[in-house]
Amino acid sequence: MIDVWILAVLCLTVLMAFAVVRLVLGPTAPDRVIALDTVNTLVIASMILLGVVFQEIIIVDVAIVYGLLSFVSTLYIAKYIGGEL
Amino acid sequence: MTVVEILIYTCLVIGVVFNSLGVLGLLRFPDLYTRMHATTKATTFGSIFTSLAVVVYGLSIFFSQNASQYLNLAIHAFLAAAFLAFTNAVSAHAIARAAHKSGIKPMLAVVDRLEEAKL
Repeated sequence: MIDVWILAVLCLTVLMAFAVVRLVLGPTAPDRVIALDTVNTLVIASMILLGVVFQEIIIVDVAIVYGLLSFVSTLYIAKYIGGEL
Repeated sequence: MTVVEILIYTCLVIGVVFNSLGVLGLLRFPDLYTRMHATTKATTFGSIFTSLAVVVYGLSIFFSQNASQYLNLAIHAFLAAAFLAFTNAVSAHAIARAAHKSGIKPMLAVVDRLEEAKL
């Protein structure tokens, strides 16, 4: 039962590597921002799965706080790109 | 293989497939707005389904063994999925509006209502 969770986390890690390719290539700054946002979402999803793999609830709490902080940072970068800062 | 395991496997497969479709769209689409269309919706949907697998796992162990820390795990995973759904939508809207204000236009678009409204 445990190895299915590890397999899903490995798949999400490979997807994170592909999203980093867009983060390096991206022609404009908002492309890089949405690539970073995708990486953040995948990190949160894999942290929730890692909470089951290691049988630790604290990892899921860390995922919640990480999601809220990445939301604030994305809004801040969006204000900078829109020229409102 | 029990019914609960089949449900967990189905949720995990749906989540991973939709996450990979989102990242494929991020790599292959030609424009900023189409890339955002692919990643935001597909990645949020897939992450909600992988979290739903954790919720089903925690609830099944809680009801079979009556262990309260697994109920805790299920509630926290559900909270994380709810926060993810709300914050992803709001941040994608903010980035799209900021990119349009900074001068990036949709590449193959026929109609651009935000340009006509002069916001």
